[in-house]
Amino acid sequence: MIYSEKVLKHFRNPHNQGVILDASAVGEKGNPVCGDVMKIYIKIKDGIIKDIKFETLGCAAAIAVSSALTDLVKNKTINEALKITKDQIVDDLGGLPKQKIHCSMLGVDALHQAIKNYLKSQKL
Amino acid sequence: MKIAYFDHSATTPVDSRVLKEMVPYFQEKFGNASSIHSLGRISELAVEKARQRVAQALHCDPLEIIFTSGSTESNNLVFKGLIASLKTKNKIHIIVSSVEHDSVLEPCTDLERQGVAITYLPVKKNGMVDINDLKKSLRKETILVSIMTANNEVGIIQPIEEIGKLLAKQKQKIFFHTDATQALNALECDVSKMKVDFLSLSGHKIYGPKGVGALFVKKGSPLKAIQLGGHQENNLRSGTRNVPGIVGLGKAIELAKKERLKNNKKIIKLRNFLVKNILEKIPGTVLNTDLSRSLPSHAHFSFLGLEGEAVLLELDFQGIAVSTGSACSSKSLEPSETLIAMGISPEIAHGSIRFSLGKNNTKKEVEKVIKILPKIVAKFRKINPLYQKNIN
Repeated sequence: MIYSEKVLKHFRNPHNQGVILDASAVGEKGNPVCGDVMKIYIKIKDGIIKDIKFETLGCAAAIAVSSALTDLVKNKTINEALKITKDQIVDDLGGLPKQKIHCSMLGVDALHQAIKNYLKSQKL
Repeated sequence: MKIAYFDHSATTPVDSRVLKEMVPYFQEKFGNASSIHSLGRISELAVEKARQRVAQALHCDPLEIIFTSGSTESNNLVFKGLIASLKTKNKIHIIVSSVEHDSVLEPCTDLERQGVAITYLPVKKNGMVDINDLKKSLRKETILVSIMTANNEVGIIQPIEEIGKLLAKQKQKIFFHTDATQALNALECDVSKMKVDFLSLSGHKIYGPKGVGALFVKKGSPLKAIQLGGHQENNLRSGTRNVPGIVGLGKAIELAKKERLKNNKKIIKLRNFLVKNILEKIPGTVLNTDLSRSLPSHAHFSFLGLEGEAVLLELDFQGIAVSTGSACSSKSLEPSETLIAMGISPEIAHGSIRFSLGKNNTKKEVEKVIKILPKIVAKFRKINPLYQKNIN
């Protein structure tokens, strides 16, 4: 099993790792089989995701996916962010080993959860 | 950067003395060990010398040794070859432990599909088979019991002699196989004391070359070849003999036997030093190796609140090679079957790192681990959303 250079780079120095204390919303998803947990914090202003941070319990792929995903999402509108696909993240990382593809799903799912939570809070 | 290698359970470097004996058999003495001319005879003599060395190490007759490509092949040959030699395919029962290597478990799955009944023995918390469980599992139709000498993941040593005695006492003949791949560096494997009919071993785990191994087949045991061709190896394993590999295996096993006590003493001291310091310096660590009943080489830890693979890669970046039994490390996402069989929960199993030490490790290398590892563990716990909650 070989990771791409880009995956290893993100893994060693992940971008946007941490928490946002005054986040607009938070999303969390877990995978019971591999035990991975992904948590995404977003700060939204005027419909734009101004800041995003993540926390992850997982393997190198999970950490790299979180890092790449948050880069892709930052400064995008909510609609743009929702359009980001799993394949896009995998491509952005220069590919992932087959058995690690599920890690990219977890990242997208957590982001969608965060956005859903945000939209829900806006309606109230 | 010279890599501090702590993955001897995966493979070992070839000892220089082994390599030196192998080298002539690649070019000058390249003959086919089955050829009748002088070059062939030179190779044949070298193969027979190696066979004697293996036999000496196992305390058996050289005629009882078959050279193979490694333990995977040896294990497959036992399971498939023994069943193939039986007249009836009905009502066959085999017992294996649930912590065997895949090269035993996969042939078992295959035999199950063909209608053979397999019992997977549970293990105690430390990974050891309980002899009473084995006793209870024996049936009239039981023809084979296969229990590894020592486990590759946590290093537990199984009670092989006790099992051998139990099986020898039964009215019917029950064949006994042990996969000794992990054990040969550290343990005296005397097949007469172990009372085994079959024993598998590999060259590359004992500072010999990859791609060569052996199977001890007790005289008179039924076994049908699964690889057919030129009738080599007493007609049990066809294929041109891997002469340099076999020569290397012979030398490696001789050295393992001769230097066993010295190496064990050194490795156990380093291992215990590592364990003591890791447990002291890293809270939330579980030691999965039972130090009182395991190989000297093994120290298998679970670090709570992280995934083993992340730690493995970070250690690798810093010049330290280890392995993980955790999820996603290889083909599946599930945690190691061995750890689950030991009753370790999946969350804890996911945070596993195995150190397997070898004869060339130094105290300096272990000190490097002790210095680096606490920081790495802290780093990955810090980014875990759940772990932070736990400690706050």
